[in-house]
Amino acid sequence: MSPINYVYLAALLFTIGASGVLVRRNAIVVFMSIELMLNAANLTLVAFSRMHGNLDGQVMAFFVMVVAAAEVVVGLAIIVMLYRSRHSASVDDASLMKL
Amino acid sequence: MNTLAATSTSTGEAVQFWVLGTVAVLGGLGTVLMRRAVHSALCLAATMIILAMFYLANGAYFLGVVQIVVYTGAVMMLFLFVLMLVGVSAADSLKETLKGQRWLALGCALGLGILLIAGIGQASVGSFTGLGAANAEGNVPALATLLFTKYVVAFEVVGALLTVAAVGATLLTHRERIEKTKSQREQAEERVRGGKQLPPLPAPGVYARHNAVDRPGLLPDGTPAAISVSSTLRERGQIREVSTEQMASLAALEQRTAEYHGQPTTPQGPTAEAEGDSAPEPEEAAK
Repeated sequence: MSPINYVYLAALLFTIGASGVLVRRNAIVVFMSIELMLNAANLTLVAFSRMHGNLDGQVMAFFVMVVAAAEVVVGLAIIVMLYRSRHSASVDDASLMKL
Repeated sequence: MNTLAATSTSTGEAVQFWVLGTVAVLGGLGTVLMRRAVHSALCLAATMIILAMFYLANGAYFLGVVQIVVYTGAVMMLFLFVLMLVGVSAADSLKETLKGQRWLALGCALGLGILLIAGIGQASVGSFTGLGAANAEGNVPALATLLFTKYVVAFEVVGALLTVAAVGATLLTHRERIEKTKSQREQAEERVRGGKQLPPLPAPGVYARHNAVDRPGLLPDGTPAAISVSSTLRERGQIREVSTEQMASLAALEQRTAEYHGQPTTPQGPTAEAEGDSAPEPEEAAK
């Protein structure tokens, strides 16, 4: 087995995450799908790091993880705020530009 | 893994890849397809743990541990906390607001998948280097060397980003109380003015056998009073229908009384008794 298979798997997971973002309307599930896409990108970086034999890819994956953590904190805060003002976590309900 | 230029990985790793990769894809599908957000979160956690295994298999020992600690430990717990805050009615509605959006989205996703996988298929990867040399003095020291020399500026910026994110989240969720809280008396007056339920709400449950909190109490005419069940259960659609069953057991009771007194029995007796305890579950999410 060649390590390129990890990249194929990552592409598959990325696609599944993207379809989740498009299909689901619960904001939290949309967010989880985004996390899945970020994880798939990380897997690609790690697999490429191994194939090229240097650790830059792993450092980048590390940065992606940190940025994803920051993104989750802010995103979930926004979802909680939306829920407070609209009493629903559906992305369809947040159709106005103001709260 | 420790050879300088290999063309394929060990058989053990291949087996691990095919077994865990299948589970990872199933977890990803579950994240997207499960109707309840909690189930999605659990599927995503499973996928993330498997990805951690893959990181370990790829020689990213530090990232594998960080993946488990940060993602399945912190991020997924954060998701579950927010689900507990928000997720009273967290089941997605299946009603389509945009016509044909689901199929269009599926087509787009399929196109993206084909594009990505065909793109990877175009690349010719004969041999790979492996991390044996890079990880020679240990994965963590090597990563630290890179992080604090070549990427030190990015590292500092990411630190600033984390601080900003923490402050931003605090600001977003902070709520200033503008009006003062209503006193009990004001609330009572408001209820009278609004013509809402004045006495305390009725208690759930009927008779000694069915005093569970998800059973609505019965009104004098035998109809269930939905107001007697907690609003959380009502929003989740977890009220158990009780009226038909109740009528059946009442009929059975009457029949037994009649038998005891030696009176002729009514014909609806046996069918009513056959109803038993199988409560008809209402629709999962009452929409």
